[in-house]
Amino acid sequence: MAQTLFDKLWESHRVTQISDEEDLIAIDRVFLHERTGAATLNALVNQNREPFDPSRVFCVVDHIVSNDENRNHDSARSPNGEDFIRSVRKAAKKFKLTLIDSDDPRQGITHVIAPELGLALPGLTIICPDSHTCSLGALGALAWGVGSSAAEHAIATGTLRLRRPRQMRITIDGQLQRPATAKDLALFIIAKFGAKGAKRCAIEFTGPAIERMSLEERLTLCNLAVEFSAFTAIIAPDKEIIDYFSNRPMGPSATTLPQAQSYWASLKSDPGAPYDEEFFIDASDVKPMISWGTSPQHTAPANAKTGDSDYMGVNAGQKIAGTPIDGAFIGSCTNGRLSDLRHAAQYLRGKTIANHVRAICVPGSQKVKAMAEQEGIDQIFKDAGFEWGTAGCALCFYAGGKTFPKGARVISSTNRNFESRQGPGVRTHLASPATVAASAVAGVIVDIASIDS
Amino acid sequence: MPEPIKSVISVAVLFSDENIDTDQIIPSREIKNAGRDGLKDGLFANQRYLNIETKEQNPDCPLNDEAAKNSKILIGGENFGCGSSREHAVWALYDYGFRCIIAPSFGEIFYNNCINNGLAPITITPQDMHDLCLLLNEKSGQILSVDIETQSITINQGRKVDFSIPLNDKLRLINGHDLITLTQKFDDEIRSFVKHDKNFRAWAYSSQLANQRDV
Repeated sequence: MAQTLFDKLWESHRVTQISDEEDLIAIDRVFLHERTGAATLNALVNQNREPFDPSRVFCVVDHIVSNDENRNHDSARSPNGEDFIRSVRKAAKKFKLTLIDSDDPRQGITHVIAPELGLALPGLTIICPDSHTCSLGALGALAWGVGSSAAEHAIATGTLRLRRPRQMRITIDGQLQRPATAKDLALFIIAKFGAKGAKRCAIEFTGPAIERMSLEERLTLCNLAVEFSAFTAIIAPDKEIIDYFSNRPMGPSATTLPQAQSYWASLKSDPGAPYDEEFFIDASDVKPMISWGTSPQHTAPANAKTGDSDYMGVNAGQKIAGTPIDGAFIGSCTNGRLSDLRHAAQYLRGKTIANHVRAICVPGSQKVKAMAEQEGIDQIFKDAGFEWGTAGCALCFYAGGKTFPKGARVISSTNRNFESRQGPGVRTHLASPATVAASAVAGVIVDIASIDS
Repeated sequence: MPEPIKSVISVAVLFSDENIDTDQIIPSREIKNAGRDGLKDGLFANQRYLNIETKEQNPDCPLNDEAAKNSKILIGGENFGCGSSREHAVWALYDYGFRCIIAPSFGEIFYNNCINNGLAPITITPQDMHDLCLLLNEKSGQILSVDIETQSITINQGRKVDFSIPLNDKLRLINGHDLITLTQKFDDEIRSFVKHDKNFRAWAYSSQLANQRDV
């Protein structure tokens, strides 16, 4: 019978069927970060449990590590943050897990470094107690976010018990019209489907617009699948992706690589494979998007009118473009990669940000930071008046410590515009890095379709 | 190991907005240690307190409603618990005293976190949700009785609402199963799978230089 890509990954990892409702699925990689991973590891210690296979577990310090350029080994950006960092370090040592620590040149946001290093690969099952783990579906991996208890289960048994999700295919025709980006496409889809639109679905993104997308763009698109309630998203790996993962520092050994490559080439849906739901989108309909409310579904084209949101201080019918901002942030697992910084830099070169705006850029990994610095992108950001930080999740979420003041309106390349997400009373507008950069310069939200970069 | 839970009898607190995310349930700044305790004061902190430092109560927050004190049942809107995977949202609800969340739909990770901690996530239809909210808004202090074994909710010993729940989830809640121990009974199957898989997908087990720095 014709199988979807999802079916192939599921079947190849199915250890056994537990009941009519549940399969036992082998988990190839568990990623843990200090914020939720510390609780996972502490629970294993307290219950005297051992990892089934320590070589499958990778710990990363990213969530509350300081983003100061001269941070030290223990520096956290929030009160009590050191407790989380030290807990992970201690447990990683005890269980002999690979730790990518704050002073490691490989360090960065888990979902950014996992592809860079080849910790994540096409065809793997990957879980992490972090909802944006779905990003890694961009490689053709089955990757999804779980809670801390489920991560404990995966570490202790090498498996998870799972109900098979429904399958949705979203075919994206046409081509993104610049300056619209993968971020705008993702926000467009969320606005169309609603925040619960893909509940319990594994989404396969396919179609000509997807084929034209780079790995980094695909990571951005899949990253936001959880924001419309998908179990995860997945994209079949093509030649470019297979070549990229054939050459990663922590990828397959030379002797096993040919086997990997032939397996990766088989990772695509068979013609006629059935889906529970099917949708079509034309990428050329996508304009630069901006969120106006407190759910990612509250999103509209930058030149359109908003709905009503008391918290955000916007009234229905108001135009989003032109709204004055106080802050701007570029970074995160959604948009903290090199191509994001390059695109933003196009809107900053030779310009300075508005006087009343505080703007911050935190590259998604040390590697992204180093490459950006090699290209002189850091200087473009700094000359424009941006603060330039060191890799981590940074102001994608507030965990205590310093942030924008209460009531500040911040345009952000991140993934969640929830109330107080970036700080108590802070109002977040989600947008692409290019829109964030252009808006920081203008001091108001900008429709970048209306300007030249 | 979660406490078994067969039924819950209590007044209910109503948080019926849709898309209440786990950042609302427990803001990240309220997660102050690397364990899972001490979270109840942070529950719904953004709307529960007028002043976060002094913890001055906001009378408009349902948690501060006098009739709702000591409630064990929370009624949420569509997509309750969406967003961040933080299990602290469930630990905070449990720590506060909640044992059951009723909603028309849940964030998927949150739902699984509930099951893993013995906090019963009960899904009812949007129509039943609508009727339930109307009934509860008529007067305060009404008692709900949620019976997980018979899959029904009784309001003030009168009107009944049935619900469905996957059998595995139901058994886990009423027996307080420790899933890791249950799964370890499949150890032979797991090891034989790995043995076969290490040939079939040798590349997946060959991560290079895992413990070396400066690669």
